[in-house]
Amino acid sequence: MFELLGIPPQALFGQLLLGLINGSFYALLSLGLAVIFGLLNIINFSHGAQYMMGAFVAWMGLTWLGIPYWGALVIVPLVVGTTGVVIERLMISKLYHLDHLYGLLLTFGLALIIQGLFRNGFGVSGLPYSIPSQLSGGTNLGFMFLPNYRAWVVVASLIVCFGTWFAIERTRLGAYLRAATENPTLVGAFGINVPRMITLTYGFGVALAAFAGVLAAPIYSVNPNMGADLIIVVFAVVVIGGMGSILGAILTGFGLGIVEGLTKVFYPEASSVAIFVIMAIVLLFKPAGLFGRTA
Amino acid sequence: MADAARKLDTSSSALAVRDLQAWYDESHILHGINFDVAPGEVVTLLGRNGAGKTTTLRAIMGLIAKRAGAVQFEGRELIALPARTIARLGIAFCPEERGIFSALSVDENLMLPPVIKPGGLSRDDVLTMFPNLRERLSSQGTKLSGGEQQMLAIARILRTGAKFLLLDEPTEGLAPVIVQQIGRTLATLKNQGFTIVLVEQNFHFAASVADRHYVVEQGRVIDMIPNTEIQTNLGKLHAYLGV
Repeated sequence: MFELLGIPPQALFGQLLLGLINGSFYALLSLGLAVIFGLLNIINFSHGAQYMMGAFVAWMGLTWLGIPYWGALVIVPLVVGTTGVVIERLMISKLYHLDHLYGLLLTFGLALIIQGLFRNGFGVSGLPYSIPSQLSGGTNLGFMFLPNYRAWVVVASLIVCFGTWFAIERTRLGAYLRAATENPTLVGAFGINVPRMITLTYGFGVALAAFAGVLAAPIYSVNPNMGADLIIVVFAVVVIGGMGSILGAILTGFGLGIVEGLTKVFYPEASSVAIFVIMAIVLLFKPAGLFGRTA
Repeated sequence: MADAARKLDTSSSALAVRDLQAWYDESHILHGINFDVAPGEVVTLLGRNGAGKTTTLRAIMGLIAKRAGAVQFEGRELIALPARTIARLGIAFCPEERGIFSALSVDENLMLPPVIKPGGLSRDDVLTMFPNLRERLSSQGTKLSGGEQQMLAIARILRTGAKFLLLDEPTEGLAPVIVQQIGRTLATLKNQGFTIVLVEQNFHFAASVADRHYVVEQGRVIDMIPNTEIQTNLGKLHAYLGV
């Protein structure tokens, strides 16, 4: 077997895959944050909690109603996205005339409440969610063993990320969204219902988080803190990519996942801080982020 | 203006504005604007900088949160309606800053305003009217020259089917040849039955396209001059506008 810089290839590719998986979640979550921030100008601090809700609602669906994984992939984002719509209508929409910090505080408070409720209801030990039978097992690629479900996570994330990018950058509806991000007043003066668009955009961003939560359920144990652990890193990813940039969020998400994976191979001691070190460096040289637009 | 004019029968007007007041935060900008626009007319609002012309258009369009008075469009009261509803009734607005979206291509900018009623110009009609745009359709909207951006800003609202246009200083900062082209466009639109309210600083341009002129000063309409009587009123106009 060949070796690279004294690293066995199994370890290298294993960590690369792990990096890609983490990157899949970073990309999905930072994409949702970027879409929401672009139109609402709000940093959605409850994004991690909404990701966790996605995993829990999938678990509830399977355990209580017998809804299988594949059904959950469709239904859960709709259900959790609807809670997002309600939250935007009842609470966030009351804050648009105030400083953006109020939106951040509101969503941060909501995150604590949601996590607290789930901790009370389900404890912190975590609930199991099994891999769907079609994706159990794995494939031997010769140089490494590839678990099928993990490959699916990467593919599903890529499809959803690309689909979202396409919808925003290449369709009529996306043109409305980009225009409203730039000048909501004028878009309203053309007869477009901007408040409804904002509501649906928030719902969509939340649905993306919930979709990531369903994907995560079979990999990580379903527990109330799963979002809080992940979201800190995702915020760093968003800062590095640049607030509000769709493509930036996707590319940085996958890229940083891989960088983190490689750090685990070459200098494991730094793996948990690698992303934050990159964030500090990017902030020093490009305060608006790698793909961010300077206002 | 006489009190009789305030109660004037508005049924024959496309737009009737009565005692329109508007505020930005605490500052009171419009102090009672009164004017009428008949169907098919081109009417200008003339006045010095800061007189309240732009604010008048924005208040009609529902873009100023604090406003009072009456704005009747084809018999419907607009004063309490949001901008999107006003747009859906058939009023199209072209802002002074043109409002070309940098995140959209020229084509996307052109196709952005939704069609609100039948009878608007087709995409092809519009591109025939503004041939420069046809070659730049895939460019980023804000990469166009100032004149092209102005044409795009007018072009995109002609597709919507709205026949009542509010144009805020369409000639501002443009080369004379472009100003002439916009003048010809407005004449064509008038022939096609569009009704136009035009805010202008360029008095000569205004005189070349409009049927009547309203003079705005300190948030009030202080005079109305038909374009046919403009020669006999030049001295008065120069005094109003300080030109």
